[in-house]
Amino acid sequence: MLTSLKNTFKHGVHPPENKEETNGLPIRQFPFAPLIILPVQQHIGAASQIIVKEGQEVSRGQLLAKANGYMSVPMHSPVSGKIRKIADVLLISGQTSPGIYLEPFPYSGQEVVVGNPISLDASPEEILKGIQDAGIVGLGGAAFPTHVKLKIPEGKTCDYLIINGIECEPYLTTDHRVMLEQADDIFTGIRYLLKVTGAKEVIIGIEANKQDAADHLSSKIPTDLPVRVQVVPVKYPQGAEKMLITALLGKEVPSGGLPIEVNAVVVNVATTAEIGRLLPHGQGIQERVITITGPGVKKKGNYLIPIGTPLRYVLEQVGAVDNISEVYMGGPMMGVSASSLDISIVKGTSGIVVFGDNEVRKVDKIYPCIKCGACVDACPIFLNPSKLGILAKFEAYDTMAEEFNLMDCFECGSCSYVCPSNIPLVQYFRLSKGIVRKRNSAKQQKSNA
Amino acid sequence: MLSKTLHISTSPHINKGVSTDMIMKNVVYALIPVALFSVYAFGINALLVIITAVISAVMTEHLLCRWSNQQSTVSDWSAIITGLLLGLTLPPIFPLWMTFLGGVMAIALGKFVFGGLGYNAFNPALVGRAILQAAFPVAITTWHPAFLEDRFVSISKSVMAFPFTEPIVDGISGATPLSAFKFDQITTDSADLALGLISGSTGETCSWLIALGGIYLIYKKMMNWRIPVTILLTVFVLSGILYLVESQIYPSPTFMLFSGGLMLGAVFMATDMVGSPITPLGIVIYGIFIGVLVVVIRIWGGLPEGVMYAILLGNALTPQIDSLIKPKVYGSKKVMV
Repeated sequence: MLTSLKNTFKHGVHPPENKEETNGLPIRQFPFAPLIILPVQQHIGAASQIIVKEGQEVSRGQLLAKANGYMSVPMHSPVSGKIRKIADVLLISGQTSPGIYLEPFPYSGQEVVVGNPISLDASPEEILKGIQDAGIVGLGGAAFPTHVKLKIPEGKTCDYLIINGIECEPYLTTDHRVMLEQADDIFTGIRYLLKVTGAKEVIIGIEANKQDAADHLSSKIPTDLPVRVQVVPVKYPQGAEKMLITALLGKEVPSGGLPIEVNAVVVNVATTAEIGRLLPHGQGIQERVITITGPGVKKKGNYLIPIGTPLRYVLEQVGAVDNISEVYMGGPMMGVSASSLDISIVKGTSGIVVFGDNEVRKVDKIYPCIKCGACVDACPIFLNPSKLGILAKFEAYDTMAEEFNLMDCFECGSCSYVCPSNIPLVQYFRLSKGIVRKRNSAKQQKSNA
Repeated sequence: MLSKTLHISTSPHINKGVSTDMIMKNVVYALIPVALFSVYAFGINALLVIITAVISAVMTEHLLCRWSNQQSTVSDWSAIITGLLLGLTLPPIFPLWMTFLGGVMAIALGKFVFGGLGYNAFNPALVGRAILQAAFPVAITTWHPAFLEDRFVSISKSVMAFPFTEPIVDGISGATPLSAFKFDQITTDSADLALGLISGSTGETCSWLIALGGIYLIYKKMMNWRIPVTILLTVFVLSGILYLVESQIYPSPTFMLFSGGLMLGAVFMATDMVGSPITPLGIVIYGIFIGVLVVVIRIWGGLPEGVMYAILLGNALTPQIDSLIKPKVYGSKKVMV
């Protein structure tokens, strides 16, 4: 154990938080769009397989697409309506994926089709299956299938269940509101999670800018649960699994390893609440909480938005019409710019940030690296982004991976955030990592052949 | 509505807002009081030397960029710093044509041949000064007393010396505290030293203004405080030990700290980001190395002052330090080599 217990990790950055405009606004239900567009690729892993037909009428909560294998989750209907067509849908990456165009009935109500309820007495395997059947993925943004993450590998034990309520991305207040408004769901979710992981202790990690949420959850802890709330100093990227584990447990997750290597499992707090809400009723995900904010938005807030709602419709409803220059799905540090407004809200969408012309970062000039070391002081995993950036320019990808630990970079963007020369460091690293992965798999294939 | 073209960029979509030209600009701001004091102390001669150095550095940078078909990089302000620093390290009555040549050399050989800003292995201003020291050893050690009464009205003949002629020495010369100590064993009053009421290079005499500039940059987080602190501490401790052992022979540590170009070098030249190591531990090693060299050259070397060579050698050592001192990557088992 190398790090002392100081309740935070080393390095990192402090971007302006910009959360005060939405953190006091309760979660509100969003209306149904005239057309819901659901891509089958909303998560990491294999795309869901569509099981409905064009012209078919479906009910809210009904299964539309089933999981395609273990590394996949199913997809449910967010609304009662009629399947207009099954065709390609635009994704944020610019690629397309098969998808379902669903026209809600004008009288569509809130009642939901109920599947197989999973009780708390169910076996860990049944609960894991229930989590997969509910279509649950990491709602923090990664959209990694939760049941896969929760499966404890043979020979490993989970001592700590860490509930991630850090929300270190500026602007976003989704998890904050969920913690304030859905405490009961969170604790029910924790009961299921304790069952599947066998953890002995639960730590809810919350940053100090959400003291009200920490106090609220602390006051609601059921007496029979081994839960404690730990408030940690505000710092980006504390919400990253590895950083949060270091902050709470003082341990470092080995390079290339998963949290279970240090006997921990980390689950996002909104995901936990979703598990607690859906499993007792055997339902699937139909909607999620999303913070819509940014200088370009008139009606900022935290909204419960049906999955598949087109981004264009969302922006029209919140009055982000006149002053719109760039739209980010997620926060401003790791979020992805939308290249088109014809994409949909997906399970991994944790926030929508709209910047106007004045706020968009315009890089007019990229200076050479002056070796100021700001990136070295910012990198939470102690890489040398300055050196890596220079190597990337020389296309020395193998050197980057072998000698400078490129593959440990989890793309938090702290290096680019502090770089005075505007060098797009993290973008270099994303591309370099992709190239290294490709080369490695090519090597693998060669040695197999 | 909602039909205009969207801006698209890669994350992160926000930036700390400190840019390279802003850092350079602030270094210039921090140097302005030092330059003003220099003009106050040495008069019109110093003003001419400093202005000539800046003009020649900026002009050289601009022309070299143009001749190599690149966009001019003058707007990043780094050439202004090089010119200012060069001017501030020269004697107040240094001939202007030599000053001009120094500016050309600093940019051309200290910066441009390496690839420009970010690639200069050595501090360009010191490269320029080192070349001048080799080429004009007499002129660069011809000092001039500070606070002469006619300093704002009379221009030294030496300053206006015609190119490629021997510099004309006016007859009035003022030894620097270091040379006085080295060659005549005369110590200078510490209060005079600290206040800058002494002779020396144009910009090196007023230690407290230099330190103030450094504190400003450290406060703005545009300078690594570890570099000046380790250098000054090393010089103070090492010369303090020597002084304790034999106070008759060795100068006092405060004298060492406030004399010569140490303060200017430690605060404004050793801190050149490009030529200094990138990790905190590497920086401490670099600082100690420079500090030790300063003491060794001053006390046992043939020259009265050694800050310039100490920093240039420190710059030369930087790549080695950076390749040896790598921080332990999170979660890796690799230890420092």
